[in-house]
Amino acid sequence: MTAEPVLIIGGRSDIGRAVAHRFAAAGHPIQLAARGAAGLAPDKADIELRHDVAVTLHELDVLAPESFDGFIDGLGDLPGVAICAVGVLGEQAVCERDHGAAALVMRSNYEGPAAILAALANRFEARGSGALVGISSVAGERGRAANYIYGSAKAGFTAFLSGLRNRLARKGVHVVTVLPGFVATRMTDGMDLPKRLTATPEAVATAVEAALRRRRDVVYVKPVWALVMMAIRTIPEGIFKGMRI
Amino acid sequence: MILSGWGRFPRQDCRVTRPRGEAGLKDLVAAGGLIARGNGRAYGDSALSRRNTVDMRGFNRLLAFDPESGRLTAEAGVLLQDVISVFLPRGWFPAVTPGTKYVTLGGMIAADVHGKNHHKDGSFGAFVDWIDVMGRDGEVRRCSRDREAELFGWTLGGMGLTGVILRAAFRLRPVDSAWIRQTAIPTANLAETMKCFSDHRTATYAVAWVDCLAGGGGLGRSLVLLGEHARREELPAKKRQAPYAVPARRRLSLPFEVPDFLLNSLTLRAFNTFYYHRGRQGAGERLVDWDSFFYPLDSLLGWNRIYGRRGFAQFQCVLPLERSQAGLSALLEATSRAGRGSFLAVLKRLGRQESRISFPMEGYTLALDFPISPGAQRLLAELDRIAIDHGGRFYLAKDGRMPAQTLHRADPRAEIFRARREGLGLAEVFASAQSERLRL
Ligand SMILES: Cc1cc2nc3c(=O)[nH]c(=O)nc-3n(C[C@H](O)[C@H](O)[C@H](O)COP(=O)(O)OP(=O)(O)OC[C@H]3O[C@@H](n4cnc5c(N)ncnc54)[C@H](O)[C@@H]3O)c2cc1C
Repeated sequence: MTAEPVLIIGGRSDIGRAVAHRFAAAGHPIQLAARGAAGLAPDKADIELRHDVAVTLHELDVLAPESFDGFIDGLGDLPGVAICAVGVLGEQAVCERDHGAAALVMRSNYEGPAAILAALANRFEARGSGALVGISSVAGERGRAANYIYGSAKAGFTAFLSGLRNRLARKGVHVVTVLPGFVATRMTDGMDLPKRLTATPEAVATAVEAALRRRRDVVYVKPVWALVMMAIRTIPEGIFKGMRI
Repeated sequence: MILSGWGRFPRQDCRVTRPRGEAGLKDLVAAGGLIARGNGRAYGDSALSRRNTVDMRGFNRLLAFDPESGRLTAEAGVLLQDVISVFLPRGWFPAVTPGTKYVTLGGMIAADVHGKNHHKDGSFGAFVDWIDVMGRDGEVRRCSRDREAELFGWTLGGMGLTGVILRAAFRLRPVDSAWIRQTAIPTANLAETMKCFSDHRTATYAVAWVDCLAGGGGLGRSLVLLGEHARREELPAKKRQAPYAVPARRRLSLPFEVPDFLLNSLTLRAFNTFYYHRGRQGAGERLVDWDSFFYPLDSLLGWNRIYGRRGFAQFQCVLPLERSQAGLSALLEATSRAGRGSFLAVLKRLGRQESRISFPMEGYTLALDFPISPGAQRLLAELDRIAIDHGGRFYLAKDGRMPAQTLHRADPRAEIFRARREGLGLAEVFASAQSERLRL
């Protein structure tokens, strides 16, 4: 599958960029999709120069489903792997008061990513092969006071990926859910993140690559998060609501 | 956060940001008191600002390469190491490189770095065709020798004090292999060392490791290393198959600070003597890979910790040719007399260079480092004096402690630079701890 193109949705994000470099280094042509894709010309040049693969840029707004068919047709080659790194963190405090802001966070983390992967899933299903990767988050594993708007959208996305995986399991299409904890990116710039729990975008890229190679379904980027989340999930709600987590 | 240069002295609490794009950078310029920071390999306080230190490493994309001319266009935060790893396998190498590959392009331009080939090829700036600089108004200007020539001239070697370098186009040199034909020549004293440099003026690369604890008749005894890029037909058959492949080097890193008591003159003497004698045994010609030849220290990551908690100061000056011998022997005598030789004493012959503020001039440059202590401060002041007495000047990328009047006495260009910055309103927008200390 070496020469199959890899599609990165959310190609401007730090995780998207890191994943693109990772697959380009392995010899895959790269399709970078984002809003304002023309602005990614320097990234295209960088990936092409460093890894000697072809990179194409594709305009895509995941909140505009009417554009999806044109977008997929415009890719040229249907990619072997599509990775969705779209998401916004938003500000919980703002979202609590401003429904527009909350809706944007919900739509950008769930509706949009799910919709574009759904459209690609149908093409992959028809072809009978391929892999779809969704970058979700451990925040979707339990609602916390500090970020439940974002977390609930990620929960929806995680459930969507799980269902899609079951639907496509016998159709030759593999679906991977990637669950990063904290990642040091533009999204978290200026936050004081616990070092041992924080991954780099490159580590996310490594996790994606390894998950595909080993045909894993759900992966935590840092294994310690599997334990942390297991603990957090098992705390009874009655106790959890009194905690400040 | 607490920040320092490579010498770990001085340390300062700095506000550091890492913008992702030009818009973010523009806001930071508007806030003023800004200094761009590359990979922090300047030794002293060149890339420190309490108010507004801007980490440029997020600007790290390669933008274009012309395989005809070897011209690479790239963002300022690209590491030299990345340039080499991408382009050496395609037959290209940096035309000029400092002694570490962990520097950014922006840092190389801002210090207008010199390599072991300055006597032949000049400084890095000689290979830069244009740069994009964000000025105090947040506007980006492309400047070159013909366009905005003044800004171009002051920015090469201007230590980030004229604006933020965003992008540059510069030329790489074609090479036939990743190997260097190295000739090692031990010399017995300073006169021999200097004769060796002038006898080998045509060598592409030349550098001397000076045993700076040897005094008396052995003053200035060195190991001179010459190097040429090996042509393919000069390689043994096996290497010729894959001329750009070299064995991976083991990287050791120093995870802790060396306790001060290990750093006395005895260990230094042992190190220098060992280095010199090992070198003597390895005298003659052999093939070495690019990484070992250009970056011998890079294999010991974090070696700056060897000087302990207090950090160290590097002293680097260049002396004009006709006064080099007298000046160098005075510098080495003072060092050897103080019994404070450094682990590293590096001597190079520089070629001619006319520039507005860059360090190089025709003559010899000597670099020494010393762990920070009151005794070292006194010795450094003495070395400053000797350099000035012999018409020398100092390298800002290595400085973290000179008093302003030392710089201004040594280098009349400093006052012109200061006045220019003042006149163009740059001084309040772009400032480092160094520029404030040195009144630039
Ligand atoms: C082991 C070692 C060996 C060395 N050998 C040599 C040598 O042989 N020859 C030589 O000339 N030098 C040498 N140096 C010095 C080194 O090359 C310079 O200090 C270089 O500037 C460091 O680059 P940096 O990216 O780490 O920059 P930093 O140390 O982060 O910054 C250095 C200067 O560059 C400015 N700067 C950085 N990025 C930008 C930007 N984008 N726009 C504007 N200004 C910017 C900073 O403001 C600062 O003034 C050596 C250093 C070390 C540690």
